[in-house]
Amino acid sequence: MTRRWLKRLGRFAVSEEMWERSACLPQTEVGELGVDPFGFDPRYVPYVGAPLAWMYRKYFRVQAYDVDYVPAEGRVLLVSNHAGQLPFDGLMIGAALVLDRDPPRLVRSMVERWIPRLPWVSTFFLRTGQVVGTPDNCRRLLGREEAILVFPEGIRGISKTFNKRYKLERFGTGFMRLALETQTPIVPVAVVGAEEQAPALFNMKQLARILSMPAFPITPTFPALGPLGLLPLPTRYRIYFGAPLQFEGTGDEQDAMVSGHVETVRSAIAQLLARGLAERTSIFR
Amino acid sequence: MNEVIVTGAAGNLGRLVVETFHKCWKIIAVDHRPLHGFPPGVETVRADARWRGVEEILRKRSTHAVIHLGLKHNPRHDSGCYRYNVVGAQRLREMAAKYGVSRVVFLSSANIYGPDPENSCLLTEEAPLLGAEHYPEIRDLVAVDNLLQSFCYQTPKTQTIIFRPVHIVGQRVRSAAANYLRLERPWVLTGFDPLVQLIHEEDVVAAVGLALKTEHRGVFNLVGPGVAPLSRVLKVLGRRPRSIPSFVAWPALKGAWHLNTTDFPPPELRHVQYNCVVDGATAEAKLGFKPRYSLVQTIRSVESPKWEPMPVSMLPARIRGWRSAL
Repeated sequence: MTRRWLKRLGRFAVSEEMWERSACLPQTEVGELGVDPFGFDPRYVPYVGAPLAWMYRKYFRVQAYDVDYVPAEGRVLLVSNHAGQLPFDGLMIGAALVLDRDPPRLVRSMVERWIPRLPWVSTFFLRTGQVVGTPDNCRRLLGREEAILVFPEGIRGISKTFNKRYKLERFGTGFMRLALETQTPIVPVAVVGAEEQAPALFNMKQLARILSMPAFPITPTFPALGPLGLLPLPTRYRIYFGAPLQFEGTGDEQDAMVSGHVETVRSAIAQLLARGLAERTSIFR
Repeated sequence: MNEVIVTGAAGNLGRLVVETFHKCWKIIAVDHRPLHGFPPGVETVRADARWRGVEEILRKRSTHAVIHLGLKHNPRHDSGCYRYNVVGAQRLREMAAKYGVSRVVFLSSANIYGPDPENSCLLTEEAPLLGAEHYPEIRDLVAVDNLLQSFCYQTPKTQTIIFRPVHIVGQRVRSAAANYLRLERPWVLTGFDPLVQLIHEEDVVAAVGLALKTEHRGVFNLVGPGVAPLSRVLKVLGRRPRSIPSFVAWPALKGAWHLNTTDFPPPELRHVQYNCVVDGATAEAKLGFKPRYSLVQTIRSVESPKWEPMPVSMLPARIRGWRSAL
């Protein structure tokens, strides 16, 4: 009974635009019980998309620039900066490709390896097409000509403190080796606004270790206000997509060469960030 | 007619293999348990891991293949199983090499990869075998798998095929997964809904049949038709799962296990928490294996008619008397 009412409520909450955009997404091959081998259920898209669309349009008031740099089809790696303690930047990049790109495109994120340990979150991520960030998963999805979103800064980026905002952390090289191996173009993405949504004053690493968490940030609102303190500030997001970068190689090159390619991507993101910071007049407008 | 030795033939799956292939091959059913109720023409041999009775057969006749299903698994009283299984596999290696058995087919399990939060979405045959990390009672299965893998590449004259099937379900098998799905109110962990893969027992037997004909060798994952979230599998069966938070379920199951009030080993709980999805593409490409049963058919196969005791005529003579007196 409850489930039926939830379904009705869901249908009511989903806008016409969301239904249409979900229908335009490329079809995913699903099995008999409605999921693909990665656990993604395309029927979740409009229902999950509805609150995301509200956040995209009303809460973060996102402005997406040059979203058409993301190809309409074929494999592509979106490489972005990462910040904000909670991964709203990933959600907003995904929403930008569905809401502001014509035709819309679904992106899959490579999530941290500790995510599957979390109840509900693990199921939510699986059903919405997000996968654990292992090289094998990424290789397979690229083989299926999908768009993959990676954050090479990883946990170093998302948990950085306010004084390090817009300073890119060290990038891992794994994404570049995969891009070379699978001949995948890389689209650099810069998110401006996420770095101020939850300004961390410092990171209590000892407490994080005790709680088996990757980080424990102290912000003006968390943990003082409890779970409510996790709510991000309504900063305005600006998402900049850069021109695709194609690198030649096999993925087995020496570290020095791969690091050079990684630096090219990193500097492309840094340039987009600089552009975004120069163009904005206020954090909230 | 070439002969095929089936070890573990008294088990549910072994019996199914014997019944399926006894018309095409001369089957020699081997087990340390009583062997009764086989179709006519099937030769039975009581032998344990040391294979004393079987060696004579191998010496005198030409044996085409050995289908090795004879592993002991008893998580409650594990002592002895490890030695039995590993020594049995070692003897199998020695005898297959000595008497020129042309094929060895071994049924391992995809459980040896182990459900883990860090698992990739589709594990290939090259994935590390981490299952024993949290479930030490299956370390013998990992050891046997490794022993026969090395045999596969060390002895080119014998074609060794190792199958790693996902959870086998069906009317006959009494695997942990099949028993779990038969529960009216199975436990699920609150907030976790892992992907599960099932394969029908007859599809496994069909794969064994392919292994007896193929020219390929090596390790093959055997998967059924697609994957499904656990919640949807239980929905197909009309079960009403009990949702229990993991911090309650783990100590509760461990306690129940130590008090001897449950038959589910606590490490099996990881299967309802994390994914262990394997890729069956190699078996499909090389052996041409495709499951015959659909996913819903495979799931529903556990809804067998109620278990009935074996007919009196099939029972061993020494207990036939008291059973008929009941």
